[in-house]
Amino acid sequence: MSAVLQNLVNQPYKHGFVTEIESDIAPKGLNEDIIRLISTKKNEPAWLLDFRLKAYEQWLKMEEPKWPNVKYPKIDFQAISYYSAPKPKKKLNSMDEVDPELLRTFEKLGVPMHERAALAGVAVDVIFDSVSVATTYKQKLAEVGIIFCSISEAVQMHPQLVKQYLGTVVPVGDNYYAALNSAVFTDGTFCFIPKGVKCPMDLSTYFRINTEESGQFERTLIIGEEGSSVSYLEGCTAPKFDTNQLHAAVVELVALDNADIKYSTVQNWYAGDENGLGGIYNFVTKRGLAKGVNSRISWTQVETGSAITWKYPSCILQGENSVGEFYSVAVTNHYQQADTGTKMIHIGKNTRSTIVSKGISAGHSNNSYRGLVRIAPTAAGARNYSQCDSMLIGDKCGAHTFPYIQVRNQQAKVEHEASTSKIGEDQLFYFAQRGIGSEEAVSMIINGFCKDVFQQLPMEFAVEATKLLEFKLEGSVG
Amino acid sequence: MIHEDSKALLEIRGLRATVNGIEILKGIDLTVRSGEVHAIMGTNGSGKSTLAKVLAGHNAYQVTGGSITFEGNNLFDLEPEERARAGLFLAFQYPIEIPGVSNSHFLRLAYNTVQAQHGKDELDPLEFEDFVREKMKLLDMNPDFLDRGVNEGFSGGEKKRNEILQMALLEPRLAILDETDSGLDIDALRIVTNGVNKLATKDNAIILVTHYQRMLNYIVPDFVHVMQAGRIIKTGGKELALDLETRGYDWVGAEYHAAAEA
Ligand SMILES: Nc1ncnc2c1ncn2[C@@H]1O[C@H](COP(=O)(O)OP(=O)(O)O)[C@@H](O)[C@H]1O
Ligand SMILES: [Mg+2]
Repeated sequence: MSAVLQNLVNQPYKHGFVTEIESDIAPKGLNEDIIRLISTKKNEPAWLLDFRLKAYEQWLKMEEPKWPNVKYPKIDFQAISYYSAPKPKKKLNSMDEVDPELLRTFEKLGVPMHERAALAGVAVDVIFDSVSVATTYKQKLAEVGIIFCSISEAVQMHPQLVKQYLGTVVPVGDNYYAALNSAVFTDGTFCFIPKGVKCPMDLSTYFRINTEESGQFERTLIIGEEGSSVSYLEGCTAPKFDTNQLHAAVVELVALDNADIKYSTVQNWYAGDENGLGGIYNFVTKRGLAKGVNSRISWTQVETGSAITWKYPSCILQGENSVGEFYSVAVTNHYQQADTGTKMIHIGKNTRSTIVSKGISAGHSNNSYRGLVRIAPTAAGARNYSQCDSMLIGDKCGAHTFPYIQVRNQQAKVEHEASTSKIGEDQLFYFAQRGIGSEEAVSMIINGFCKDVFQQLPMEFAVEATKLLEFKLEGSVG
Repeated sequence: MIHEDSKALLEIRGLRATVNGIEILKGIDLTVRSGEVHAIMGTNGSGKSTLAKVLAGHNAYQVTGGSITFEGNNLFDLEPEERARAGLFLAFQYPIEIPGVSNSHFLRLAYNTVQAQHGKDELDPLEFEDFVREKMKLLDMNPDFLDRGVNEGFSGGEKKRNEILQMALLEPRLAILDETDSGLDIDALRIVTNGVNKLATKDNAIILVTHYQRMLNYIVPDFVHVMQAGRIIKTGGKELALDLETRGYDWVGAEYHAAAEA
């Protein structure tokens, strides 16, 4: 880790005074006034301020969860500044100004040239005309009636839709971090697919975020009306750095009758250095409501970054015959900690869910799968299949599996399979004896291990994810 | 077959090696020329597999003395994968399972790596499929094994066949077969040894590690070496194997110690 990036990540929060309330950065700390300030600054309707205040009220009564299998020093929530005016990222004038460490990473990952520039914060028009690309993209979506914009914009332009759905899947008091997010979120993504519309392309945050940062409390809301379908891609394989250590996002998905929402994530937040210093705490609440009959919600995630990951993309299968899926690869190296998994809540009849979780631990890291399958008394004929595999690289890391299964209907069927394997010296020697070097060997073993998940990713994403894993595990074997 | 004009492929001089600080190989001398077949026999634990793995470069074993040249080059200068690419092949006594990695993908990558080393064309998956199926016929192997994970759930005998299949694909200069016969029934032994014999030429050489004479009825050695406690204590022709079969190993050890004391 270069000094530049180290500094970037460890920068102390700027001190502020009460008199600066009118300025761009709010003073540190959280209270009702700060929440009112956020709401005013964003010109929000009264109902949204109420939403925030209710969340705050609940948050005050809650305690930080202690059950995840992760350790970190206590977070001082009064030491965080909860609002800074959205401003364009600092632009660099050429690729020469970009930190060479970052460029090396892009190189390794094979990130396309124009994306490298954009991601590193180089004024993109130097390299290519991004504005025109984004505009064509928006036009195409508008033609079919799809709304895809920042959530702040949606609050202004489509307040009724936001009001109708916000907080319906993740209620304001759902959990500690969701409550915090609901009180102070500053931006995020809104996406609405109208009745019968099949979204003509994958929706990618890459096209949305190039003008402003979403901040550390990101809020996403995706609605698929009857018979619609959409595939949404979050994140990118390039490493993401942030001066904020705590990230607590909330993502809500709503699928009405026969709607299909596929949500894919590649997460590569800064993970701290090889000694476990620094790194993002990523505490995310992601939940999809399969509300209508035959609806489907599918989560695919490749989690490689963050010092601590705490996240359980879940499905509430309410509609009859609705389907929930969770495909996950979580990689931890050095001193990273991940506690991730899913919840499948079967409520409707004949609902089906599939869980495929692949955890890879290397270095001194700790990787836990935590999953809940709940079959409600109403869910006659429900079925779940879960498969949780762990792979260990080296002997200083840990893998843990915590499956919780609650079946309250006799006609339901739940299957769970688990395995633990290890990339051993002898496997690598076997490859070497056939002329295959250890890097290629590890990549083959890892790809074999993750195959079932990578198959779920959109094509280019899958290729990038493969490289990302190789990069993340570089030097951990042999 | 011993040829007049054959070149020394492998020369081992005074080789010593340890594992976890325990000395296992205590001074091995062995010369293998192209075209030759050598059998190394000896009781369990005498160090046969250790010798094979030291040759292949397994990093659990530390070389503490001696030298090895392979085709005139210092073998210790080469990493394990470089040794393999240079034509040194080890058919493992216990081939390891690599779940999730498809056998056909693995075999093709190994094949292409060696092809690339020789500046030859690599094969794409379709071309390779045809090529490998031909080789499998030679060993009477079911093509279904291509779709399985590498050695995953293979029986002992199936693993051994898969090793020889790799030998057939890679066409090494020096093949070391470590107890390839164990775990094979009599029909399988005939098929596998027949396959090995077809691969033997005057330009390559084979070292067979075995307990039993049985295999040597099919692959006839030019030399038989007896290993004991990390040393080669006797070398003879193919008759020596027959002697060992009837008389056991004890007398060789007694003879060796008597000579050492004299
Ligand atoms: N990794 C190891 N750790 C400790 N001892 C070993 C190891 N590998 C081999 N040995 C010991 O070295 C000796 C020779 O083993 P090996 O070469 O496998 O014999 P062989 O193949 O002739 O039966 C045995 O005593 C065995 O226990
Ligand atoms: Mg042995």
